Amino acid sequence: MGFFSKLKEALKKTKNSLAAKLTDLFSRNKLGNEFYEDLEEILIASDVSVRTADDIVEAIKERAIEEKCRDKDYVVGLLKEAIYDKLTAAEPLEICTPAVIMVVGVNGVGKTTSIGKLANLYAKDGFSVTIAAADTFRAAASEQLSVWADRAKVRIVKHAEGADPSAVVYDAVSSVKAKNTDILIIDTAGRLHVKANLMEELKKMDRVVNREFPEANFYKIIVLDASTGQNAYNQVEAFKDDVGLDGIILTKLDGTAKGGFVVSLCSELEVPVVYVGTGEKIDDIEEFDAEEFVDALFE
Amino acid sequence: MAQFATLSEKLNHIFSKLTKRGRLTELEIKTAMREVRIALLEADVSLSVAKDFIAKVSEKAVGQEILKSLSPAQQVIKIVNEELIALMGSTNAKLEVASKPPTIIMMCGLQGAGKTTFCGKLGMLLKKQGKKPLLVACDVYRPAAITQLKVVGEKVGVEVFEKGQGNPVKIAREGVKYAQSYGFDTVIIDTAGRLQIDEQLMQELENIKKEVNPTEILLTVDAMTGQIAVDVADTFNKRLEVTGLILTKLDGDTRGGATLSIKAVTGKPVKFCGTGEKLGDIEPFYPDRMASRILGMGDVLSLIEKAENAISEEQAKKFEKKFRENSFTLEDYLVQFDAMKKMGGIKDILSMMPGNKLKISDADIDEKKIEQIKAIIHSMTPKERRDPNIINFSRKNRIARGSGTTVQDINKLLKQFEQTKQMMKQMKNNKMFRF
Repeated sequence: MGFFSKLKEALKKTKNSLAAKLTDLFSRNKLGNEFYEDLEEILIASDVSVRTADDIVEAIKERAIEEKCRDKDYVVGLLKEAIYDKLTAAEPLEICTPAVIMVVGVNGVGKTTSIGKLANLYAKDGFSVTIAAADTFRAAASEQLSVWADRAKVRIVKHAEGADPSAVVYDAVSSVKAKNTDILIIDTAGRLHVKANLMEELKKMDRVVNREFPEANFYKIIVLDASTGQNAYNQVEAFKDDVGLDGIILTKLDGTAKGGFVVSLCSELEVPVVYVGTGEKIDDIEEFDAEEFVDALFE
Repeated sequence: MAQFATLSEKLNHIFSKLTKRGRLTELEIKTAMREVRIALLEADVSLSVAKDFIAKVSEKAVGQEILKSLSPAQQVIKIVNEELIALMGSTNAKLEVASKPPTIIMMCGLQGAGKTTFCGKLGMLLKKQGKKPLLVACDVYRPAAITQLKVVGEKVGVEVFEKGQGNPVKIAREGVKYAQSYGFDTVIIDTAGRLQIDEQLMQELENIKKEVNPTEILLTVDAMTGQIAVDVADTFNKRLEVTGLILTKLDGDTRGGATLSIKAVTGKPVKFCGTGEKLGDIEPFYPDRMASRILGMGDVLSLIEKAENAISEEQAKKFEKKFRENSFTLEDYLVQFDAMKKMGGIKDILSMMPGNKLKISDADIDEKKIEQIKAIIHSMTPKERRDPNIINFSRKNRIARGSGTTVQDINKLLKQFEQTKQMMKQMKNNKMFRF
C-alpha cells in the first residue's frame, strides 16, 4: 500500500469529520464573517493553533474578498493552498551517511517504537544501522528496544538500567566508527521539556556526538504524538532551543487525532515533518508528503 | 489591536472602554466570552465543551453585580473560574473499596498515556497506606511491557503477576484468583494502550471487565492531550463505564484543557494526578489549581481571592461611603494597611497585578515602614485619628514616644496622609477610582 492510500486510510476518520464539517459549513453559510469564524473553529478543532488558524483564515478571507469570490470549492482550494504553504515552509530533511540520528521527545509519544520502524526502514534500503539504547531511565526501555532491533535485524548497543546515557552514546559512536556503520539511531529517555536537569542530560549526549564523531551528519528528530494539543508547540520550541531540531516524526496518526499542530510547527518554528507513524506494525511508517497530507485531509 | 499575552490583559482591555459600573451587561459578557473561549481553546479544551461551557457561564454572568473590590474584568474571570472549579468537581483521591476483597482496579487508556508507570505509583501509594496490592500484567502486546511492570513492581516492592504473552482476559482472571489465594487485598490490572477506535482491543477490555468485575475502572489521560480528548473519554466511558480519571504528565507546562473535556463528557471524578518521573510522584486532584492553570492566570485569581478575603463587603461599602464624603480618616488608613497585609504585602500585590497597571509598581516599598506607620496610628487617640488637625507639638511628642518613633516620622506620615486624601479626591473627579 502506497503512502497516499495508507495515509488516507489513517486519516479517514479525520477526513470524514473535517469534510463533513466543511460540507455542513458550506451548505449553511454564505461567505460572511461568520463563515470565516466557523472556518477558523474547524481548524482549531483539528488542533491547529488559534494563531495559525487565524493567520490562515485571514489570508484566505483577504484573497477571497479581493477576488470577489463566492465559490466554495475555490475557497477550499485556497485553504488547501494556505495549509500546504505552511507545511512546506521549513526546509525538508535529507539524511546523508554517515549519519547519527538522535530521537528526542516527551514521555509516551512513541520514540522507541518509531526507532524500531526507522531502523527497519533504513535497513531495508540497504544501510547498515545500529541503535543506541540511551534511554537508561524508564524501566525495561532497552528490553523494548532490543525487541525492535531483533525485528529490524539491526545491532543494538546498550548498558544496564540507570547507566549514564552519555556513556551509552559514547560506546555506540565508537562502535559505529569502528564498524563503518552508515546510520546510528540514538533512543533517548522521554523527558518533559520543562525539566532543566533532563534537558542538560540531553545536551551532554549532544556534545558527546559532536565531539566524538564530528565527521558524521548529526540529525536531531523530535517525536510528537498526534493526539497532543497545543503543548506540542512548547515541546518543539524547547527542544529546538536546547539541542536544535532537524525534523519531526508524527506518531499515532492511525486514530482520530488530527495532529493539526504541525501546521504551526512547520511554519512558525521551521521544523519539517519527516515521517508519520500510522500503526503498530514495523512497517507502519511513511515519509511525510505535505501535498498528499493536505489532499488526504480534503478529498 | 495590540497582542495581549494573558486573558486578564485582554479582558482588562475590553473593559477599559467601559466606565459604567454596576451590573454586567449582555454585550459586555458576550465580548468577554469571546476571549474566554479563545483562552479555553488555546488550553486544549475541546471545541464543543468550550462552547457549552461559555453558554452556561454567560447565562450566569449576565446581570451579576460587580463586587466592590473587583474590576469588571476580574469579576468575569471570577465567574468563569468558579464555574470551571464547579465543573471539575472536588478533590477526590478516594478509591472505592470492594465490600468483599480483593478490590479490583483496572487501568485503561491510549498508548503512552502512562498506565504502567501509574500502576507502579498507585501500588506504592496503597502499600504506604498499609494495603497489600498485586500488579497484574495484561499488556501482552507492547514489547517489554511486562518487563517494565516487573521492574516497576520491584522498585516499589509490590508483587507482579504475569503469564507472559497469553490471553489478557485469562491472565486477569488468574491474577484475581492468585490475589484471593495469597491474601492480596487490591489487584491493579495493567492493560495495553489502545486507540479508542480499535474495535478488537476495546472488545478485549470489555471482556476483562466482564470476567473480573472491577471495583474501579480508571481511564488514564495524558494532560497534554488535544481536541481528541473528548472522543477518547467518551468512547472509553461508553464502552466500559469508567469510574474515575487519572491525569498524567501534569509536571509539564501544558495548560491541561483536556481535563475539562474528559470531565465534561464523562462526569467522572479525577482521582489522581501524575506529577513527576519518580514513583512517589502521585497527587490528589485540585480543581481550583486546574481551573487557574487552564485559564493561564493563576496570579490574578489568587489576587481576586485574597481581595475578597481581605476586604469584607461591609468594609468595602463603608469605605466607599467615606470616600464619597471625603471623610477618609487615619483609622481607614489603618484598615487599608491591614487589608493589604492580609493580601500578602504590597510587593506581593503589585507583583500579581497584570500588566503593571499601577505606576507605583517600581516604587520602593518598605514593609517595615508600614509597620511603623501602623504603630504611629495605634499610638493616637481615636479623636486624633479622626481629625489629624488637632495633633499639635505636644501630641506629636506623646505619639512618638508611644510608637518608638520620632516627631519627624509623625510629620512625614501626616503629610503622606494628606497627599493620599488629595490623590483620592483627584481620582474621584477622574472617575478612575473604583470602590
